[in-house]
Amino acid sequence: MISFRNKRRDIIKGVTVEIVVAEDDARPLNEESKSSYNRPKLPGPFVFILRAVSTLWRNKKSRVGLVILGFFIFVSVMAPILAPHSATATNFKPYQNPNATNWLGTTGNGQDVLSQMIYGTRVSLLVGLGAGLLATLIALSIGLVSGYRPGIVDEVLSFTTNLALVLPGLPLMIVIATYLRSNSMWMILFVIGFTGWATGARVIRSQTATLRSRDFVSAASFSGERLLRVVFKEILPNMVSLAAASFFGAATAAVIAASSLEFLGIGNPNTVSWGSILYWAENDNAFLTGQWVLVFAPGIAIVLLSLSFILINFGIDTLSNPRLREK
Amino acid sequence: MRYFVRKVGMFFVTIWAAVTLNFVVPRLMPGSPVQATLMRLAASGQVVTNATKRAIEIQLGLPHTSLLIQYGDYLLNIFRFRFGMTYSITDESVSRAIMAAAPWTLVLVGTTTVLAFLVGTMLGVYAGWKRQSRVDSIVTVGSTVFSAFPPFFLGLLLLYFMGFKYHWLPLTGGYTPGLTPSLSLSFLGNAFIHSILPAITLIITSLAGWVLGMRNNMINTLGEDYVLFGEANGLRDKTIAFLYVARNALLPNVTSFGLALGSVIGGSVLVESIFGYPGVGSLLLTAVNNRDYPLMQTIFLMITVSMLVTIFVADLLYGLLDPRVRQ
Repeated sequence: MISFRNKRRDIIKGVTVEIVVAEDDARPLNEESKSSYNRPKLPGPFVFILRAVSTLWRNKKSRVGLVILGFFIFVSVMAPILAPHSATATNFKPYQNPNATNWLGTTGNGQDVLSQMIYGTRVSLLVGLGAGLLATLIALSIGLVSGYRPGIVDEVLSFTTNLALVLPGLPLMIVIATYLRSNSMWMILFVIGFTGWATGARVIRSQTATLRSRDFVSAASFSGERLLRVVFKEILPNMVSLAAASFFGAATAAVIAASSLEFLGIGNPNTVSWGSILYWAENDNAFLTGQWVLVFAPGIAIVLLSLSFILINFGIDTLSNPRLREK
Repeated sequence: MRYFVRKVGMFFVTIWAAVTLNFVVPRLMPGSPVQATLMRLAASGQVVTNATKRAIEIQLGLPHTSLLIQYGDYLLNIFRFRFGMTYSITDESVSRAIMAAAPWTLVLVGTTTVLAFLVGTMLGVYAGWKRQSRVDSIVTVGSTVFSAFPPFFLGLLLLYFMGFKYHWLPLTGGYTPGLTPSLSLSFLGNAFIHSILPAITLIITSLAGWVLGMRNNMINTLGEDYVLFGEANGLRDKTIAFLYVARNALLPNVTSFGLALGSVIGGSVLVESIFGYPGVGSLLLTAVNNRDYPLMQTIFLMITVSMLVTIFVADLLYGLLDPRVRQ
């Protein structure tokens, strides 16, 4: 598309020359315009994430979300440097209110709460992002296949999706976790990932079904490309924002679900995480002993983390639709 | 008519799938429930004889027969409402334990779902109608923030402020200890006061979905031509808002009823555990903590089936409300 809106007035030797430049040519050749010329292909993951962040940064809500998420990532990476004490050592007086050495007080076992909060960021982030990623991968594969293969394949997969959608989430997780009888953090991650994919799969399926009838997809399949190639090279690049949206949606649910399971004591209460701080606080009747910090600190951290995912999701539509971007 | 036949067919297939899943999941897991129960008995100091072992095996429906026969027995027992004995409560059958807890949860979850739907929809209608106004941004931002709250954290906050700090409402339980549950007015009043905090927690955590969904539908519907036509005809704002826009915007919200119910039930497990509410959620956690497999499995089955029935009713209702989907 060539438009003549950008006129450059260059003065050469006193003569005014109007050079008319097509809008698209006027832009500097950065990553973005390069890829809009070539056939869409997935760049390296690092470039991809950087570009996504810079796109999201333009949306105000997403920016707030990115800042919060960035803060938590920073804290979890720097945990050994930031934490004033060990998260597990029980060498303080138990049931301390916030004071100079223990900024957030101590637990009933005499552990430093601030250090637990800092190290707990790692677990919550890992479970949230990991379970979100797992759920999105399952949602993508089921959604893409069932959207692209109408007929019996679609019927079976859609039925499975609808069934998974109506099963009560938290009770299902509780039941599976109890049967598994292993109580590691990874178990929680996998249980949440394997139960939380249905919403995403349904959205991705219907989007795939609409894309299937588009010309460029028909052209690709008529030119003899294999099914997998059509699905992953032609359809998938158009689903980036949907996949990202379902990722952040699943991650939000995962953060809340993981902390709920940990709070109920399903999972290992001795893993240092925000949920387990709450579990012990509830066990020690922290409210009755006046230690409200034990409940407030991890609770607010959980709210902030899931809120950051929700906020980032507000700008996710702009990832694959430049028209929605705020100027 | 075909719509309803198809819906009824799907309903029964889904019920069958859920029931079968409940049969399959425990058998896919490592270790056997029988072993776990025996270990629990041994740990509690009881003598475990071969006779005890056999009794438990029969009770758990895991005798050394083929899977097919087990499956048949399992289905037959469901039809006869025979679910065996629970270990959590002495001399109590699973069915009776659930029957005692079910009314509490039914009333709590039922009322809160309906209230959240009504209040949330009204707020959504208002926010969508007056979009970009101050009320709209307060409602939208508020819902977004509250959707990041895990139900148990909100419950703990309410418990702290309303129950512990200011003593406005009772801290725990479904009724004052010492009273015997009956249908007398004084007991119902007592139960009502105890249910306020759990109900508020559930309403607030599930409100956000309704508000944001309804607001989106409103804004989409406001763009329709018939709204413009109504305005051009000089209809009053209220008439357009409620009779023209809200009525049509409501339809998609009816379908999300089932999903909302799932989150309310999940939330009620957490809320019941915090408030010591004598419902099915508390019973489920008791079963989980005691590794009481028959009780746990039956509760999960009950929750799933009642959810499926509600979704089914919502689906039929949707068909009645919207003639377009019946085609």
